[in-house]
Amino acid sequence: MTGFVDRLRLADEQRAAFAAWPRRWWAGLPRPVRLGALVAFAAFLVALPILQPPVLTTTGTDFTGVLFTVGVYCLCALGLNIVVGLAGLLDLGYIGFFAVGAYSVAVFGSPQSKLATEYPWLVCIPIAIAISMVSGAILGGPTLRLRGDYLAIVTLGFGEIVRLTAVNSEVLGAAAGIPEVPRPPGERADGTRLFTIVDVTPFYWLVLALIFLVVLAGANLERSRVGRAWVAIREDEDVAQLMGVPTFRFKLWAFAMGAAVGGLSGALFASRQTFINPESFPVQTSLMFLAAVVIGGAGNKFGVVLGAVIVAYLPERLRSIDDGLLVVWYVSLVLGLATYLLLRRRGPRDGPRTYLRLGVVAGILAALPPLLLAMPEVFGSRGEIGQLRYLMFGLALIVMSVFRPQGLIPSRRRAIELEDRAKEVEPGATS
Amino acid sequence: MNIDFLIDNFADLSVTGLAQGAIYALVALGYTLVYGVLRLINFAHSEVFVTGTFATILTLRGIGIGPDDPVPSLLMVLLTLVLASIVAALSSGAVALLVERVAYRPLRRRNAPPLVFLISAVGASLVLMEIYALFLGRDNVRVGNLIKPRTQFTVFGADVTNRQILIVVSAVLMMVVLDSFISRTRLGRGVRAVSQNPDAAALMGVNKDRVIALTFLLGGLMAGVAAVLYDLNFGVTKFSAGFLIGLKAFTAAVLGGIGNLRGALLGGLLLGLAENWGQALLGSAWRDVIAFVFLIVVLMFRPTGILGESLGRARV
Amino acid sequence: MALLEITDLSVHYGRVRAVHEVSLTVAEGEIVTLIGANGAGKTTTMRALSGLQPVSSGRIHFDGEDITHLRADLRVIRGISQAPEGRGIFPGMSVRDNLDMGAYARRDRHLTRAADLERVFTLFPRLKERSRQAGGTLSGGEQQMLTIGRALMARPRLLLLDEPSMGLAPMLIGQIFEILQEINEQGTTILLVEQNAHRALSVADRAYILETGSIVATGTGSALLDDPSVRAAYLGVA
Ligand SMILES: Nc1ncnc2c1ncn2[C@@H]1O[C@H](COP(=O)(O)OP(=O)(O)OP(=O)(O)O)[C@@H](O)[C@H]1O
Ligand SMILES: [Mg+2]
Repeated sequence: MTGFVDRLRLADEQRAAFAAWPRRWWAGLPRPVRLGALVAFAAFLVALPILQPPVLTTTGTDFTGVLFTVGVYCLCALGLNIVVGLAGLLDLGYIGFFAVGAYSVAVFGSPQSKLATEYPWLVCIPIAIAISMVSGAILGGPTLRLRGDYLAIVTLGFGEIVRLTAVNSEVLGAAAGIPEVPRPPGERADGTRLFTIVDVTPFYWLVLALIFLVVLAGANLERSRVGRAWVAIREDEDVAQLMGVPTFRFKLWAFAMGAAVGGLSGALFASRQTFINPESFPVQTSLMFLAAVVIGGAGNKFGVVLGAVIVAYLPERLRSIDDGLLVVWYVSLVLGLATYLLLRRRGPRDGPRTYLRLGVVAGILAALPPLLLAMPEVFGSRGEIGQLRYLMFGLALIVMSVFRPQGLIPSRRRAIELEDRAKEVEPGATS
Repeated sequence: MNIDFLIDNFADLSVTGLAQGAIYALVALGYTLVYGVLRLINFAHSEVFVTGTFATILTLRGIGIGPDDPVPSLLMVLLTLVLASIVAALSSGAVALLVERVAYRPLRRRNAPPLVFLISAVGASLVLMEIYALFLGRDNVRVGNLIKPRTQFTVFGADVTNRQILIVVSAVLMMVVLDSFISRTRLGRGVRAVSQNPDAAALMGVNKDRVIALTFLLGGLMAGVAAVLYDLNFGVTKFSAGFLIGLKAFTAAVLGGIGNLRGALLGGLLLGLAENWGQALLGSAWRDVIAFVFLIVVLMFRPTGILGESLGRARV
Repeated sequence: MALLEITDLSVHYGRVRAVHEVSLTVAEGEIVTLIGANGAGKTTTMRALSGLQPVSSGRIHFDGEDITHLRADLRVIRGISQAPEGRGIFPGMSVRDNLDMGAYARRDRHLTRAADLERVFTLFPRLKERSRQAGGTLSGGEQQMLTIGRALMARPRLLLLDEPSMGLAPMLIGQIFEILQEINEQGTTILLVEQNAHRALSVADRAYILETGSIVATGTGSALLDDPSVRAAYLGVA
């Protein structure tokens, strides 16, 4: 028995080494090549709305619109990553900050708003960021001193309360919402406006630029003193406190900064929509943001961006797809899952039973979508695949937590933390 | 602000508040029990509760009571209520156990940090909610008429209906049963031991896994009964009904002192009262916001609750 | 065959090694003591024996059975009971309930409870006086007595004691050691961790000395008491 487990472990180490090759391969390339590849990739991203590449393009919904939404999700995932991935705080009300940002732009900028200030867009954006940040600080103040799970529930409530407040406040347009949200300035060569309702492409480029900025800022932040303090807090808050890290202040910073990015995303969203009402901000969206961060890899900027793409883009692509492609998608998903499960880095106490469990889970996952799709009374048509998305991402949250809490593209630091903890399991725990 | 309305209807509002508060309290027990042994909030508890509300309705339909049928005979009502309570409690309890097995136990096996537990529980909550939405629809589901509210007596000018009496009495009864289970039985002592000192409990031969599963089950049973009372009181449920009830029950648990069984009762009743008084003052549109603001205020000024957290102290 | 046999036991906290390849045996009916300075790894060894701390390598056998990876509660059923170091009581339970917890894993607890309680109360009359008081409100010394009494309630085959004399008045320490010898004579095997090396060595059949996670010396209690280097390091005698 022991021999068998040891052989498994050896094989596992070889697999783990194999699975790490993309990272090493990339790091091994000469610098100019890497730089060139990055520039080419960036150019590809910028050109996406013009290229409308065949397999990627969504057929049922406007591709550029989808790209913009994906961009907003990326921005949100990056902001939420500061809170969840870097500082290790669970914020379940991110949509609340998103809504605060959106409403700020609408209330201060729209000519239809009761406030009638009609500030231009460029003024509204900093206001929106500031208000979201302050609301983050107000919410975080009483809760961040307490246990982490209190924060989770309070933020979850906050997300819904913002919506309810909007429904009940005349100033916020009540249930009817606020139209004529201001749009960014800028003109084309022919003198017409650059940012219009008809053409989303400029909005997409704007969000792309902001993602770039936030990624850069995030990278600097992580390396700074603040970033190191966050890691210390995440690993062991008590120890960090004992070492003299003012944990409360740093947690509040993380929370407020996350809120600010959320507000910015919401502001962009509102400008693009030009009309918002409380229905634009359902609570579940917070959980989708969270799913993006967790699936991608909390703590890793590229991970969470990948997560956001999965969460925001995949359902849109699947919404309108012909049968042949669906099969291809689905088969590659299952294959990817299987490959991944085989390649995944195993915990120190994994045994044959773990494989059995993995097999069962993979089987259920693989069988679920066709089963659900085969029930015509539940799904009149495949067009309603969007209804499945919360279920799927809910499942993904559990599966990731159980099998790969570090995410698809993990932050190396967090992966090590998780592995170290796994060694501290009480005896008998695998039985 | 409508102070006159509040003063004129104070007694009525209070009675309504107590009945609702009793339901919050029963749900709050689930949060408090699990928190007691795991020091974690069971995020999926709100959906454990929703399970019960649907189980109740399915039981009624199974018996043949539709949403628009007239109130059946008294004997029939009693039998139905007992049956519905059993079915709802068992379904909620089973779902709670399932949540523990799927979303919590594997993580304990690898000593995952609290953040991962929370995320996995959030996932479980979302999955349950969506499953109900898929199979039972996204609209309100009406329960049916079991009790026609009839005033039984009047206190301080407030009409007390048979329904309110039933709700409060059943809730308090369930709490008494739970309280004596925890303090008198061997398994109950195991629960207390784990919540007060997990290592020492293991040294006494307490099986932690079993105790943890037990607390999920007990919380589920209580939530199931709460769900029957909720259906009686409000007459409708929905796949997402757990969200607000969960938030309120959690507020109740924190208000009374999380981890503290008697605190949950106190917290639930207080919240029910505050909510009804508050909505009289500010208008019913704000009722859910009131509970939330209440939570923030409690966390700000007395995060350990009125009766104190259990952590090492008296009860569970 | 030895009742307890530890072979090459290593324990880590994260990446920090606390116990390194420790081997020791305790035969049926013995009192064995494990002494060492603060931070030597004594408590860690005891926690690993009871199943509270995972073992990184090595084996633990109890009565011939390999219990290295056995769950903590099952070890209690096998007959290993520990009075842990420090405040190992249930603060919210009365003294009596704490003692009852000691018999939690016993199937025949209804039959033996009264007699066992009587025995503990005879050994520690203080506990009887305070039997209705909450454990958390006892003094440090009283809590110490409570953990020992509670461990006895399990009628263990092997009793693990982690610094039973900690925080006790010198007179009480004398009493505790007498009690331990008495329990031992009644048939309970004892593994005793102590700072109070002199006392421990005088009651022990055999002893092991632990230094920064490794065993550095072993022998009968009296031999170690006479060993000049042990005397210098642990007994404060030049
Ligand atoms: N939870 C923990 N995390 C990290 N290191 C620990 C932990 N517990 C103990 N250690 C370390 O392990 C080593 C051994 O500790 P242990 O408690 O076993 O010592 P001990 O011999 O019982 O000391 P004492 O006589 O003071 O009780 C010490 O260096 C200690 O710092
Ligand atoms: Mg010690």
